[in-house]
Amino acid sequence: MAELKFIGGYPEYMRESIKLVEKTRPKRIGKLPPQMSPEEKEEILASYHPDYTPGGKRDIKIGPNKGDIAPNEVVDLLEAYPVIDPEEIDLSRVDYEPDILIIGGGLAGTSAALLANDYGVPAEKILLVNKLRHGDANSMMAQGGTQAADRPQDNPVIHYIDGLGGGHFTNKPDVLRALTEDAPQVIQWLEKLGAMFDKEPDGNFTELTGGGTSRRRMHACRDYTGLEELRVLRDEFRNRKIPVLEFYPAIELITSSENRVAGALLWGSETREYKVVKAKATILATGGFGRLHIRGFPTTNHYGATCDGVVLAYRVGAKLRDTDTVQYHPTGAAYPQQIIGLLLTEKLRTSGAQPVNKDGEAFVFPLEPRDVEASALIRECYARDKGIITPTGMRGIWLDTPLINVIHGKGRIEHSFPAMVRMFERFGVDMVKDPVLVFPTLHYQNGGVETDPQGKTNIEGLFVAGEISGGVHGKNRLMGNSTLDCMVFGRRAGMNSAEYVKSVKSNGKLTLEHVKKYVNMLEEAGIKPGRKAPILFPEYRGKAVLARMIDVPLLNKEK
Amino acid sequence: MEKEKNIMEEIAEANKSVTRGVDEKEIEHWVTIYIMGEEYKVPAALTIMQAMEYAGYKFVRSCGCRAGFCGACSTVYRKKGEYKLQTAMACQTRVEDGMYLVQIPFAPAEKAIYDINKEQYDVSVFFKYYPEIARCVSCNTCTKSCPQNLEVMDYVQAAIKGDFASVAEGSFDCIQCGLCAMRCPADIVQYHLAQLARRMYGRYGSPEEKNAKKRVKEIEKGEFNKEFDRVMSLSIDELKNLYTEQQKTREVY
Repeated sequence: MAELKFIGGYPEYMRESIKLVEKTRPKRIGKLPPQMSPEEKEEILASYHPDYTPGGKRDIKIGPNKGDIAPNEVVDLLEAYPVIDPEEIDLSRVDYEPDILIIGGGLAGTSAALLANDYGVPAEKILLVNKLRHGDANSMMAQGGTQAADRPQDNPVIHYIDGLGGGHFTNKPDVLRALTEDAPQVIQWLEKLGAMFDKEPDGNFTELTGGGTSRRRMHACRDYTGLEELRVLRDEFRNRKIPVLEFYPAIELITSSENRVAGALLWGSETREYKVVKAKATILATGGFGRLHIRGFPTTNHYGATCDGVVLAYRVGAKLRDTDTVQYHPTGAAYPQQIIGLLLTEKLRTSGAQPVNKDGEAFVFPLEPRDVEASALIRECYARDKGIITPTGMRGIWLDTPLINVIHGKGRIEHSFPAMVRMFERFGVDMVKDPVLVFPTLHYQNGGVETDPQGKTNIEGLFVAGEISGGVHGKNRLMGNSTLDCMVFGRRAGMNSAEYVKSVKSNGKLTLEHVKKYVNMLEEAGIKPGRKAPILFPEYRGKAVLARMIDVPLLNKEK
Repeated sequence: MEKEKNIMEEIAEANKSVTRGVDEKEIEHWVTIYIMGEEYKVPAALTIMQAMEYAGYKFVRSCGCRAGFCGACSTVYRKKGEYKLQTAMACQTRVEDGMYLVQIPFAPAEKAIYDINKEQYDVSVFFKYYPEIARCVSCNTCTKSCPQNLEVMDYVQAAIKGDFASVAEGSFDCIQCGLCAMRCPADIVQYHLAQLARRMYGRYGSPEEKNAKKRVKEIEKGEFNKEFDRVMSLSIDELKNLYTEQQKTREVY
C-alpha cells in the first residue's frame, strides 16, 4: 500500500467525504429523518442486527437453561470444564469468614457494600473482592448518564413504559418497576454523598433525553458520569474501612451441605494460591461479557468483562434469562485504529450529533433505541455501500459532532464532552472541527442471572446485582438504565442480604460437590474436556509469540 | 439469508486484529521499544498496551478499562537520547520508536478517612487532612505529569486558599492514576485531596436540588401505585399502543 497523506488526523481520501458532510450540515439542522414505525423496526432488526441474523448462536446443552439459545461464545463457557480439580482443594482451612461476600467492585458491588453497612452489618463483616482493582469496571467508563424520572413532566410509570418498549416488552415487570421507582432515591443518595451532577443555576439537574426515552431524565456528570459516581461511592466505601481484596478473582462458588451458596474460592493472580471465603450471603456483581467479542465485534468493555460470574452462578444451578440478546452500541469508534470499538456516548446524539453517510446524507433518526440505530448503521455500510472504508478495512459512518456547537453555541462540545475530545485529540483527531467515524460495538450483556426485585436468585444465599443479572432490561437496554441498574439492585442486594444473614445460623460443611456434579453433566452430554472457564482475561498476545509459547515451572511444588 | 451471513463475517474479518490479537504478517510499519529495558520490535500503529501484548505480555495488573477512564495503566517512559522523563496512560498512547517503558501498577498514597456529614465546609478541612499542601513549592511537576493534562498545581494552590469550586472544577476529569503524587517533591497526594474537595463541593457548594427530593417523597407515599397497577395489568397489545403513543409525546433536546 502506498503511503497515505494525512490531514488533521485523516487520510486525504476521507477528507473528500468530510467535505460533503460539511456541505450538507446547514441543511440538516433541525431536519431529522423520521422515526421508524414498529414494522420498519422489526424489519431492519431481522435483516441487520447481529442478534437476529442467522448464525452465531446455539442451544445450551446442559443445566437449568438447557434448550435455550445463547451466543456461541457464551455457550462455549457454559460448556467448559472448571479450572480446578475439586479433590485438590482443602476447604477445611477458611481464610476469610465475612457475613457478606461481594464479588466485583463496580457500581453494583460498591453500592451493595455501603447499603449492607447502612443496614447493620459491621464493616469488618463485609468483604469485597476484585479481579483487578476496586473500581476497574465497566461502571467507570459509563459516559452518558443515569436515568431518573424526577421532573414534574415525568414520572416513574412513564420511565417504566419507555424501558418496557425499549426491551421489546420482554422485561421482567416487577424488577423493572423497582428500577424506575428507586431511581430518584439513587440520585438523591449520590447528591448527598457529594457527586457533582450537571446542574442548572437554580440547583436542579440538567437533564437530557436518550435513545428511546420519551422524557428528559438523563443525569450526567459531563461525559464522566460513571467515573464520578463510582469514585464518590468508592471514597465513601474507603471512609467506612470496609475490607477489600484486589487481584483475587473468584474461580468457583462454594456450596454448603445445607444446599446453599456459602462463599467462594478465590485465586491470587499474583501469588497463584487459592483462598477460601466462607460467607452467609454471597453477592455476585461481576459485570458482563464484552471481552468475549461476540460475533467478532470489538467492544467498549473493560479488560475483565469475561462472563465469569454467569459461569460460576450457572454451575450452582442459578437460572438465566434473555441469554439470546446482546447489546451493540451504535457508535463505537471505527477510526483511528488505536481506539477501535471504544465508546462514543449516546449523549453526543442527544446533544445534536447526527449519523451521516459518505455522501453527507442523514439516513436515520439519531435517537432510535440502540438495537434499531445499530442495525441502521450496519445496513448503510454493508447493504447500501454508503460507509467510509478505513485504511485497516473497517467501514464506518460519520457522526457529525461539529453540529453540537452549531446548535448549542461555541464551547459546548469542549465543556460537555471532555473525555471524548481528549481521546480523539490523543490520536490526532479534532472532533470539535471534524466529524468522527463510528460503527456498532459490543456494549452490554442484556440477559443474565434471573433475579427478583430484592436481588435474590433461585439459589439460597446467592444474590446478584448489575450487568450479570437478566430481566430488568428484557432484550434491549436503554441508555442510562445500566448505571441505574447497578445502583438500584446493588443497594437492594446489600440491604436484603443484610436482612438475610440475620436468619442464617450456620453454614454447614463447605463443599464443591456442585462442581463435581457439573463435570458429570458435561461428560454425560458428551462434551469433551479441553476448554476451561472462567477465563478471567481475554487473549490478545501476538500470534507469533503464542505460537512459540511453552510453560516452564519456576518452582516445583512440594507435595 | 446468505447475504446477511456474509455481512457478519465481513465485520468480524475487519475487526480481527482488535479482537484476536495482531498477526505480524499484516504489519508494514514497525518501531523498536524497550519494556523494562528489553528490546522488542512492535507494530507502529499500536498503543503502548497493545504493543506490550503483541510482545507477549498478558496483563493481570496495570490494565483496566483500556479506554482512558480508570487510571490503572500509568506508565513512565523516556525516549532514547532524551533527558525528559514522561508519563502516559498505556491504553491511550501510541508507541514511538525508542521508548523505554515501565508501568506503575499501584500508587502507595495515604487517603484521609473522614465523614462527609460532619466536616467543616471551609479551608480548614484541607489542612486537617492534607497539611502537606502547605509544602507546595509551585514546581508544577504534578501538572506536567498529569496524563489528563489537568492544571494540578493550580488546584493545589486553590485548595490552600479554600477555593472549593476551583479545586472541584479543575480536578473534575481526574482518573486518579496517582502519577502526580508519585512525582511530587513535596509528597502531596493531589488526587486524594481533589476527591475530598469535589465531594465537599458537590455536597455543600451548590444549591440543593428540589425535583428528586419531592419525587422521592411522592414515591414513598405510594402516589404512583395505582397507575403502576393499572399499567402492569394491561395486555401486551395495550402496552404496545401505550408505548407508541408515549413516544409521540417525546421531549426534544
